[in-house]
Amino acid sequence: MDSDLFEEKLTESIKRAVTSIARPTLEALKNASESETGNAKVQLEAMVKAVELGMRKKVPVCQDTGTPTFFVKVGKSFSSSDILCQIKESIKNSVERATDQVPLRPNTVHPISGENPGNNIGRHIPYIEWSICEGDAVDIFFLPKGGGSENMSQLNMMSPGEGLAGVKNIVLERIASMGGKPCPPTIIGLGLGGGSNIAMNLAKEALLRPVGENHEEEDISELERELKDSANQLGVGPMGVGGKTTVLDVHVEYAYRHPASYPVGIVVQCWANRRGFVTIHSDGSVEVKY
Amino acid sequence: MKTLKTPIDREEVEKLKVNDTFSVTGKVFTARDAAHKKLLEVHSEGREVPFPLGEYPCYHCGPVVKNENGKWKLLSAGPTTSMRMEIFENRFIDSFGTRIIIGKGGMGDETLGALERHGGIYAQFTGGAGSLAAESVERVEDVFYLEELGIPEAVWLLEVRDFGPLVVTMDSHGSSLHKELYEKITNNLSRLKGRFSEEF
Repeated sequence: MDSDLFEEKLTESIKRAVTSIARPTLEALKNASESETGNAKVQLEAMVKAVELGMRKKVPVCQDTGTPTFFVKVGKSFSSSDILCQIKESIKNSVERATDQVPLRPNTVHPISGENPGNNIGRHIPYIEWSICEGDAVDIFFLPKGGGSENMSQLNMMSPGEGLAGVKNIVLERIASMGGKPCPPTIIGLGLGGGSNIAMNLAKEALLRPVGENHEEEDISELERELKDSANQLGVGPMGVGGKTTVLDVHVEYAYRHPASYPVGIVVQCWANRRGFVTIHSDGSVEVKY
Repeated sequence: MKTLKTPIDREEVEKLKVNDTFSVTGKVFTARDAAHKKLLEVHSEGREVPFPLGEYPCYHCGPVVKNENGKWKLLSAGPTTSMRMEIFENRFIDSFGTRIIIGKGGMGDETLGALERHGGIYAQFTGGAGSLAAESVERVEDVFYLEELGIPEAVWLLEVRDFGPLVVTMDSHGSSLHKELYEKITNNLSRLKGRFSEEF
């Protein structure tokens, strides 16, 4: 695989990601706009307009282009170790290139001193979450997520005795208390079980699932629908100005847990649900999916 | 939609009530956490701030900008979460007399009090709609503290035309949409929580 070409395609995917939003999310915003009135409608219309402008003028829809975070899913039959060794370096180069060319906002700062290197590169950043899955290709997802929604993340170590009703209460309490801060209508990623880090990871990964797509297990899917319907009865509304549309979707992922722990991870995505997706096929060819 | 021109006139601002929409034409400056801190420091040391902060709206925003042949161009400039500035805003308004604060997500009681004292409002621009906000920016007039604070945190003085839609969510008469809605949301929450079952 030609690393220059790979980096060019990755940069293209980053650019596409920040200058538009995922199509099912855009459709959901348009539908919501039809059912709202007054200032709720004004907000949704501005959102749709911003997406159209971003796409037409090739500028970031939202100025907060996030902390560069990637999910790399390696198919277990993918055979080129040379390519795998190159991915990390290429992601770093592409982030630097995109920061300059798109441009992205230089968001990466030292956690203590606040020093900003200006290129979105720093210790552990871009962050890459690696996993091995079925198949013979490598899928690279890019999730540019703003700080406003990320700041609403929450880990709850519930008492198992609180049960499922306790989970639902916690999620609704969170959505109610964050109000307009995470730029609603949001997408809620919910990670149940595992351990502290697992619940948070699952919650974030749940956000990779397209809006409108429910979990493959019927019981979980039912839970997602119940949480979504309930959240939309809270009355937070688009940008917290009141209304019927508080969340566009709730995505739940779960892992088996310790009998004494019930971790509940909540990660929130703003309406500007941006993502990139690049696949490296088994023959080394690179495809920008979005 | 009503358009307010800068320098900001107190009487015009006082006419605006919660839920009204308006736009701004003239100058607007950006200030986030670090800029609030910086400007307050400059003021408390008795030094001059770079321009009259009371005449223009203060916009909680860290933009995406590009430098083309030595000239700054603003590409995307939606609001940031205003609540982070709650620890500074009442002192900021008291020190500089700023009458329009623009951001997202709303602010707290300290800010509401300062707005009432100075005849000011807090208004929301749609969060995330950075490309739409940039459309109304005609040019970057100047930038301050860029080297010290970096692009997102620097103070950008912008010339805007019909910057909006802005929704008033806190007005100069002590009303706050955020407070009103919070009560409703809390009631809805207790009703919904009572309905949840354990069944799986």
